[in-house]
Amino acid sequence: MTIRTEPMTVNVGPQHPSTHGVFRVRITFDGEDIVEVEPVLGYLHRGTEKLAEERNYVQIVTLTDRLDYTSSMINNQAYCLAVEQLLGIEPPRRGKYLRTLAAELQRIASHLIAVGFFVQELGAFGTPLMYTFRSRERILDLFEMLCGARVTVSYMRPGGVFADAPADFWPALEQFLEDFEPELAELENLLLNNEILLARTRGVSPLPADVAVNCSVSGPVLRASGINWDWRKMAPYDAYDEVEFEVPIGRNGDNYDRFWVRMQEVHQSLRIVRQCVAQIEPGPARLELPLVLRAEPGAEAYGRVEASKGELGFFLISDGGVSPYRCKIRSPSLINLTITEHLLIGWKLADMIVSLGSIDINMGEVDR
Amino acid sequence: MNGCLLNPDGALGGNPLFAFIYNAAAHVLPCWLSHIVAGLVIMLILINAVLLGAAIVSWGERRLLGRFQNRIGPNRWGPFGALQPIADLVKLITKEDIIPYGADRLAFTAVPVIMVAAALLATAVLPFAKDVALVDLNVGVLFVLAVSSLTSIAIFTAGWASNNRYALFGAGRAVAVLLSYEVPVVLSLLGVVLVAGSMSLGDIVTAQAVPFFLVQPLAFFVFVAGMSAELNRTPFDVAEAESEIIAGYHTEYSGIKFALIQAAEFGGVLVVSGLIATLFLAGWAGPVAGWLGWLWFLIKTFIGIFLFVWIRSTYPRLRLDQIMAVCWKFLMPLSMINLAAVVLEVFFLRDANGILTTADLWIMAGINTVLAAVSIAFFGRLIREKVRAGLPVAPASQPLARGVTTIQAN
Repeated sequence: MTIRTEPMTVNVGPQHPSTHGVFRVRITFDGEDIVEVEPVLGYLHRGTEKLAEERNYVQIVTLTDRLDYTSSMINNQAYCLAVEQLLGIEPPRRGKYLRTLAAELQRIASHLIAVGFFVQELGAFGTPLMYTFRSRERILDLFEMLCGARVTVSYMRPGGVFADAPADFWPALEQFLEDFEPELAELENLLLNNEILLARTRGVSPLPADVAVNCSVSGPVLRASGINWDWRKMAPYDAYDEVEFEVPIGRNGDNYDRFWVRMQEVHQSLRIVRQCVAQIEPGPARLELPLVLRAEPGAEAYGRVEASKGELGFFLISDGGVSPYRCKIRSPSLINLTITEHLLIGWKLADMIVSLGSIDINMGEVDR
Repeated sequence: MNGCLLNPDGALGGNPLFAFIYNAAAHVLPCWLSHIVAGLVIMLILINAVLLGAAIVSWGERRLLGRFQNRIGPNRWGPFGALQPIADLVKLITKEDIIPYGADRLAFTAVPVIMVAAALLATAVLPFAKDVALVDLNVGVLFVLAVSSLTSIAIFTAGWASNNRYALFGAGRAVAVLLSYEVPVVLSLLGVVLVAGSMSLGDIVTAQAVPFFLVQPLAFFVFVAGMSAELNRTPFDVAEAESEIIAGYHTEYSGIKFALIQAAEFGGVLVVSGLIATLFLAGWAGPVAGWLGWLWFLIKTFIGIFLFVWIRSTYPRLRLDQIMAVCWKFLMPLSMINLAAVVLEVFFLRDANGILTTADLWIMAGINTVLAAVSIAFFGRLIREKVRAGLPVAPASQPLARGVTTIQAN
């Protein structure tokens, strides 16, 4: 007698402990093996692009905070670059350095969250997550000194940053850099060579380089597949052409490499932050601009940065008014999600959660 | 005295506490009634001891986890937050008790009761101190194993009756894990029984002139690993893997039923730690064991609990197939090796009456420690090799990408 089996369809999310917010994916299982995957998006749609058409160029900065709320600084930066390109202006040197500094701190914070939740999804009960959050809190405290907010920072403006860093920011930053080194070492000690973590992630859900390119993914996910692709190197913006850093690149594109690339990028970001602190010079932090910005009618601009999750771009079209005619957001999380099927099909339920965690999506950015 | 006489050969006859209550009750009550009263009183004491213990374990675990994770843990209600379990319980009791649509009501409701009962039953044979056990069954080890596998039936029933797909996943996983890990656990206990020459837990404690975790380190290792799988604890907690299948088999449970399941789980940790203490750490044995036996037993039990919390706070979870691999390719051979070694040692070292002296036990400890180190290293390497090959290396100096020519290298 043969036992009759049938596939089982499960709605994972939007209410699930580890789908990074409200991501929903309909998965058909054969036992524990994944047969079919269908992501369902849109649970966090807030119409950011449409809202941007109703606000003036400076007000839109607050909307960008809420895209990827774990890396608001970098979102600000991408948008401000687009506006500066649209208007043909350039921020002062100190403003550029402050932006780079803030963006790299934000990258550390964002990668810490990614790594923490990645390991949480592997089943570690909170400890690595708490370790990463301990350091992330310090970074948010620094942001609070910079601009008064911790998460939705709105620190950057077209033409620089909202205000120069207060005097007590620099010693606090030094203190953080000093404390963070051992904390990071502790975290790496716990994770990088962890036998169970290796067993769970090595060789799981590999993403071949050609598939990665064809799916247009970017950021750590692409670099883990072995492709050297980093906009900070290829088209340096702000102060990135004046600092030295390396681009960590994985080999197999499996879950471990994606995790490993993020851990290494934290080191590189620390390097950049140190150089920014050493190289920053006194001067104005923000360009004097009229209160309401207007661009030429028909002007177009595409500002892109290497955000913590990939290439984040803002495409602005002006009709000569006080607000953009169109604001298109190229969000890395959404486009990185196109590899979902490649990563999940054929793997097990337990791997599914980890693979999704390794893409490091943020629903605020996916649904916009 | 009204002439009631306790049968000293009955199952409870040898229990001094039972006899004391029986005799006290017999002053005012008829014989048959005082028998029942004594039984009920002992049940009350045991049940409360286990449930209170479970509450303490849950509080202790949360405090310890807090410490491991650089945070404080519950500290608001009572000294050091010690009354937190009561607050939790009150909260859970006042919550709505939901039975999901399409659930099998009877089976769904029965599960928490069965789980608590399984945790409680095992305490019946645990020797809490010298001569203090409800019954010192001559098949104590067998009884404990039988009772602890009741849990797997309860878990499967829970998953099936909940009418929830996550619960079904959890149930399927739990049954696979629990059934597999029974085998190495039983094999590792065979070694203990062989050396002690008895299945009674009391006799096993007495036989530990040298604690058995020294005499049989392999059995200790296999038993702790196997038991953390049976308790669904990290790194084997696939059955209730929070990040994957919400809460596994108890996804749909709420209110008092959830409280009972939690009590059963923490009670299970308590009971298994008590078992570890009894079987491998010489139970109540220690200085002034006659008076302070309960203290040594408690200390050793909490060592076991601490071990479980420590492991839980450190390790990620294995996948189901990896758990099976660890069971069949790692723990199974280890327990077989242990059994074979113990059989040979007992055969050659025992004297004409089949008695092992303390010196014999030390010899066994020496041989088995070396054997444990060698075989764990060997089988560990077999499992590890595949995982380790070709790790990426830091720092990340990398050649330029294929097809990308616009890179400005600094």
